[in-house]
Amino acid sequence: MSAPSTGALRTSALANAAAIAARHADVFSPPLAQRLLGPAVVALVLGLFAYSLVVLGFTFERVWNGLERLGYILGYMLPPDPGKHFWKYFHALGETVAIALLGTLLGAVMAVPLALLAAKNIIPNRLFHFGWRRGLDFLRAIDVLIWALIWINVVGLGPFAGILAIAMSDTGGFAKLFSEAIEAADRKPVEGVTAAGGGAPHGIRFGILPQILPIMISQVLYYIESNTRSATIIGIVGAGGIGLHLSDTIRLNEWQNVSFLIVMILVTVAIIDWMSTRLRFAIIGRRA
Amino acid sequence: MATLPLPTNAPATLQRLDGYRAEQAAKRLRTLLFAAATLLACLLAAWMGEVDLAKFVENFHKFPNYILGITPQLRWATLGEDFAEWYWGWKRWGRLLIDTVLIAYAGTLLGLVGGLMLCFTASANLTARRWLVLGARRLLEIQRSVPELVYALIFVVAFGLGPFPGMLAIAIHTTGALGKLFAEVNENIDLKPVDGIYATGASWFQAMRFAVLPQVMSNYVSYTLLRFEINVRGAAVLGFVGAGGIGQELLGAIRQFYLPDVSAILLMIVLTVAVIDIFTERLRHALIGMDART
Repeated sequence: MSAPSTGALRTSALANAAAIAARHADVFSPPLAQRLLGPAVVALVLGLFAYSLVVLGFTFERVWNGLERLGYILGYMLPPDPGKHFWKYFHALGETVAIALLGTLLGAVMAVPLALLAAKNIIPNRLFHFGWRRGLDFLRAIDVLIWALIWINVVGLGPFAGILAIAMSDTGGFAKLFSEAIEAADRKPVEGVTAAGGGAPHGIRFGILPQILPIMISQVLYYIESNTRSATIIGIVGAGGIGLHLSDTIRLNEWQNVSFLIVMILVTVAIIDWMSTRLRFAIIGRRA
Repeated sequence: MATLPLPTNAPATLQRLDGYRAEQAAKRLRTLLFAAATLLACLLAAWMGEVDLAKFVENFHKFPNYILGITPQLRWATLGEDFAEWYWGWKRWGRLLIDTVLIAYAGTLLGLVGGLMLCFTASANLTARRWLVLGARRLLEIQRSVPELVYALIFVVAFGLGPFPGMLAIAIHTTGALGKLFAEVNENIDLKPVDGIYATGASWFQAMRFAVLPQVMSNYVSYTLLRFEINVRGAAVLGFVGAGGIGQELLGAIRQFYLPDVSAILLMIVLTVAVIDIFTERLRHALIGMDART
């Protein structure tokens, strides 16, 4: 790690250090305000952090006792063991995957017409574009768990509410992404199709669709990955899947079951990630 | 048409055309198989997910009714009073909302520290020992693969109800997410500036400060701000499991059918998230602008 300590440039630079500093005053002695900016930001960040800790009920005693209890809990978790409930958990896991898959696909299907309306090159009205986009943002801003609670009121407890919840919150996200893909599509292939004698439907089918379909499918796959994670917790509010068992076993202090459920979730998420990555590569090639 | 003489290389061209057709047919078959598999998966998922279209159609009217139910009654003549009635709990909700943002803030900051501590070990170009790199990566993976809410459920048991376990849950998850992103940034840095700084006689810390940090700093800040946005959304629902913030209040309002409260709280959450999104976006752009100038 030691650096060379000899060299003509270094020697001459050190000899003229004062002159160089005077010539480049902006680098060597910046104004006071600029120098204070860094420490001020750090002080602000740390001050707000200390304030947060006070507001959030931090005490050393609480942390110490909590860590001790956490240690016990981790001890009780080993080894992971489903007890007699393996098939029940397995079924719930199937529900979770079903929720993620169907919710995502339903969201994607609903998003297509909304995306067409949100694309600037289809409806070139600025005011409409802005309003529509904000509406889609609103769908997205409401958490999946909140949508789940609302849909439980409509279709009752169970995975169906979970599917609808995921579909609802994904619709906004998909519509935004799809409309961006439509806006970014190149018009030249359509001209090519027209030049070869194709009509407007041909232009969409052979000029536009091949450009946006791979993007759409890859986004759907990506969302299925992330929704599998969401679907594991959606059961906590009663909308189906493995989350219900997770929160039940935690409340009942059945820690070996808890750790087994967590391991099941991790394995499932890893498998879905792997599958969707493979599928993405197969559909759009190695580049994305 | 028939009088046109075929070019001399016609057989080869036709053969190539046949090849093209065969390829197209194979592609079409693949697409059809993919569509069939998707359909099959959907049917299976519909069966697993207890999709009941009859029940859906029968009960769908409840959804617009619900939306109408949570819509507050605001009349132009008595707008002030109506609004005051709608937001009757604004003091309490505002305080809980501030709690929510602080949970996200403290959780993000702790997660940032955790991510910083682990990201160098998880970068293959900065840590020579392979097992250490893999170990750090697995640790980060576990931290981010378990959902926040699951950590929150466990921490509530260990640390007691309240916002503190919620903050810890966010911190753990953020460590996993940021550590991975930071490690990816570290692995893409240019090592030439590091050599350059060493050549002027700098120490290791000086090299990190003046050669590595300027390269990764803007990415770190940008990722951290993005994570903060995500964490505010996450903190808003932590209350569902008793881990503090506005979520508990929202859950109560939904469960007990205090319908106007639902829309009041939801609107507050959405607006807060939107304001924070705009603020962090401005900050990110300002920082990127600073980068471009220096």
